[in-house]
Amino acid sequence: MPTSQSERPESPESPESPESSEALGPVGRAGGEVYDLAVVGAGPAGLAAAVTAAELGLRCALVDAGPRPGGQYYRHPAPGLGAARPERLHHGWAAFARLSGRLKAHTGARRLDYLTDHHIWTMERGEIWQLHATLGSEWTGAAGRAVVRARSVLLATGAYERQLPFPGWTLPGVVTAGGAQAMLKSGLVLPGRRIVVAGSGPLLLAAASSLVSAGAEVPAVVEATDYLHYARSLATLAANPAKLVEGARHGVTLLRHGVRLRRGSAVVEAHGTDRVTAVTVARLDRDWRPVPGTARRIACDALAVGHGLVPQIELATELGARIRRTPDGTVALAVDDGLRTSLPGLWAAGETCGVGGADLAVAEGESAARVIAGRPVPAALRAFRQRRRAFAELMAAAHRPGPGWPQWLRADTEVCRCEEVPAARIREAVTELGAADARTVKLLTRAGMGWCQGRMCGPAVACLSGGGPARADSRPLARPVPLAQLADLEPS
Amino acid sequence: MLTRSPHDVVVVGAGVVGAACAYYATLAGLSAAVVDRGPVAGGTTGAGEGNLLVSDKEPGPELDLALLSTRLWRELAESGDGFGEAIEYEPKGGLVVASGQPGADALRAFAAAQRAAGVAAEEIAGDRLRELEPHLAPGLAGGFHYPQDAQVQPALAAARLLRAARLAGAEVRLGETVTAVRTGRDGSVLGLTTDRGRIDAPAVVNAAGTWGGALAELAGVALPVLPRRGFVLVTEPLPRIVRHKVYAADYVADVASGSAGLQTSAVVEGTPAGPVLIGASRERVGFDRTLSVEVLRRLAGQAAALFPVLAGVTVQRAYRGFRPYLPDHLPAIGADPRRPGLYHACGHEGAGIGLAPATGLLISRQLVGKQPELDLTPFRADRFAAAPDGGPGQGSGSGQGRGTASGPDSGSGRGPEAGSGVGQGERRD
Amino acid sequence: MRRTPAELVGAQPAAAYTIEFDGRELPALPGRSIAAVLWAQDILAWRTTRVGGRPRGAFCGIGVCFDCLATVNGRPNQRTCLLPARPGDVVTTQEGHGRADLAV
Repeated sequence: MPTSQSERPESPESPESPESSEALGPVGRAGGEVYDLAVVGAGPAGLAAAVTAAELGLRCALVDAGPRPGGQYYRHPAPGLGAARPERLHHGWAAFARLSGRLKAHTGARRLDYLTDHHIWTMERGEIWQLHATLGSEWTGAAGRAVVRARSVLLATGAYERQLPFPGWTLPGVVTAGGAQAMLKSGLVLPGRRIVVAGSGPLLLAAASSLVSAGAEVPAVVEATDYLHYARSLATLAANPAKLVEGARHGVTLLRHGVRLRRGSAVVEAHGTDRVTAVTVARLDRDWRPVPGTARRIACDALAVGHGLVPQIELATELGARIRRTPDGTVALAVDDGLRTSLPGLWAAGETCGVGGADLAVAEGESAARVIAGRPVPAALRAFRQRRRAFAELMAAAHRPGPGWPQWLRADTEVCRCEEVPAARIREAVTELGAADARTVKLLTRAGMGWCQGRMCGPAVACLSGGGPARADSRPLARPVPLAQLADLEPS
Repeated sequence: MLTRSPHDVVVVGAGVVGAACAYYATLAGLSAAVVDRGPVAGGTTGAGEGNLLVSDKEPGPELDLALLSTRLWRELAESGDGFGEAIEYEPKGGLVVASGQPGADALRAFAAAQRAAGVAAEEIAGDRLRELEPHLAPGLAGGFHYPQDAQVQPALAAARLLRAARLAGAEVRLGETVTAVRTGRDGSVLGLTTDRGRIDAPAVVNAAGTWGGALAELAGVALPVLPRRGFVLVTEPLPRIVRHKVYAADYVADVASGSAGLQTSAVVEGTPAGPVLIGASRERVGFDRTLSVEVLRRLAGQAAALFPVLAGVTVQRAYRGFRPYLPDHLPAIGADPRRPGLYHACGHEGAGIGLAPATGLLISRQLVGKQPELDLTPFRADRFAAAPDGGPGQGSGSGQGRGTASGPDSGSGRGPEAGSGVGQGERRD
Repeated sequence: MRRTPAELVGAQPAAAYTIEFDGRELPALPGRSIAAVLWAQDILAWRTTRVGGRPRGAFCGIGVCFDCLATVNGRPNQRTCLLPARPGDVVTTQEGHGRADLAV
């Protein structure tokens, strides 16, 4: 495979120096280069945008928090693990191999600067945008920061997984479905041997398929929705390769391993003291209320759970970019046909515009780069985007959490994992203290004030506070930043 | 249109000041309603640090108010039912430090005047500062310890006061927007019109904070309340590394300044929940909510200079708020002689949490026709119209007919977005 | 006989080295994050919470949730799901905020 070799120049191959200057590329500090375009995020959308922009003659910086390209979708093992067949853990690996080949060619020819390990924490608007980054994944002092300057910015920061709490979800061994995938794809490890997969959304099938392929036993895939019209059964999935090749492939894999798909059900409790040893699965009614008398216990040593994806857009919303509400109840950036946000100079592509999968993200990244370069977007690309976007909205509507899920909470169920805020405190804030939205609940209970800044509990808190339509979360700092790096900023 | 049962008084604003007004009004036996277009603590209250300070106030009407309020907060905290714990009341004291001798001398003179007005202040020699605050930078010239300074968690304080008022009979109406102040033929207040109906009451208390100018305008009077933006940095959760509220001597000058330009001075304090809060910045930029990287830089640098240990911690988040200030930095408290039945309780700038109980108590005294504990003349809302005092950005009356963010500030010409008139609907974090 | 993730992708890793976790020596394959090294040893928790003292480990696996924090080489609050394991790293279970040494 070409990729493991192609990544050597920018990967932390040597364990002693993962953040060497070579690995970071030419770091733009004050007085550094002003790029035509800074692309934030090296997943499918960002990669496609960056290589397209470079091919169209733009000076481009591809800025990413990770050490290797691919984002979450194309996450793959570090070179040191010597994976000969990384494609076994991926759908559409060939597309990624082509993109990363183009990336390698452009970085090699200095047409594109690929800046790894850059965690952007805020952007400043202007004729010239300034993107402030903290460098690396470990603690760095004052020097561990950078500023990337560019005339235009494309936000391709992807998404993270939506979680709905349930009793026992903080037990070790309970992990997100995407997290199980990520740890498997990058580290070739599993959280257990017998892993229940639960929640809602197409990612569950992908995760379950990866897990069984990698040797785990998956006693059940528990999907909350009962109206998966695109996946009425695994057999239907397997028989419908035309539009749903990816889902079909997962369906085949799961059938072969005898994995049972339980639709219209949810894990309503995880059991164990210091790690999960079993889960309780119950049928749900249309509104996702557990149906009494349907609970059954499934022994397991891990649970992978998630309820779809949440676009990661605070870098743009903090600047006032317009949002739209998606059919699954999340908030995405509003973009026009040319993928422009409401802020001049800022474009968005991929999951930031609403979750739609890797091939849509690639199409949007390429389209945005063409628009930024002042080139026309081919009609076929436009049409493909529209088709995929429409399909994504359909799927999103199907997986919107039902209003009855809070019924599986108990008073002492921790809703905010960071600040350990139980459901009862949130309900007290609403019923006794005058909170009616997530922000006020946060002020009164600390739910959402911890390290993750409400990314894990936010959707649940918003629902429990009855705060009406989804709003963009307020996160003036998109990432925690060492105080010394703030003090070291250039005076303005 | 719905007509609801008449109240003795309706309070506009469910921040800490409105909550205190409702609380003391019900305590005085009045039937009160509180209306707010948002949730409890949705404006400046939810964006503050919860300071109950006497240390930063020079002798005068505001200090008198602060001393009364400090006593009231303590009484509330000790009133039972775990109220003090519920609002995270901490009588931890303040520590003001000076880096050089001139600063220390100025502090001494300032403290001497405060002592004469009833403030407890103890001088701490430079070499003793680290006995009080072990993580303070070495080499500071000296400081003063103010044992009366305290802190509460402001949103909880507002919510708990409002709850107490509700349990005592007040009606709380959140998510309801005031659209008009109704007046009778003689000009006196009859009540409010809202987007949900009508609230009849012979008295309306304007506790709308930064939006107090807009409410005054609905009542047909001018009150030049303007926003003064501030940011707070919040660190990762830490053990207690800062015992007092600690700030640099220049903070006092910043608070009193009328400048539109950016001012920052480190104000550092711990919280029961763990994170350390780092303020304080002041700038007049209208209701611009954009994160200011320059403010972060200055606050971080100043905080680390005061507490070098902070250079080794992570800033987890930041938040911003808009202090409601009036040109002479005094709040508007009490009956408005221009509009019978209209009472103001706004414009407390950065001191609203601390001054809330005194404000509520004094207004309740006026409402029942008793003599307030303090002379409210310095806080009269018509003081600007009658005698502009010529401070920077002063321009009395120009707020009339404009949004709250317009008016006097635009005259100073400093903040690029001053006067952009975006006050309405911009209060949420 | 079930296969392993390494077998699935035909992994031929470079030689393992060791890191220390709470006094135990653990083998680490180059390129794995600290969290992956711990999972490979069936260790799922390496932090206790501030309030309840409950065990936690990796949850989101992508650096978003901060549940996988540990003290690494004396520095608390490191996201082990992102941090590559390096030879000789000393990882300790982090108690609460991990900053007890700063308390006054």
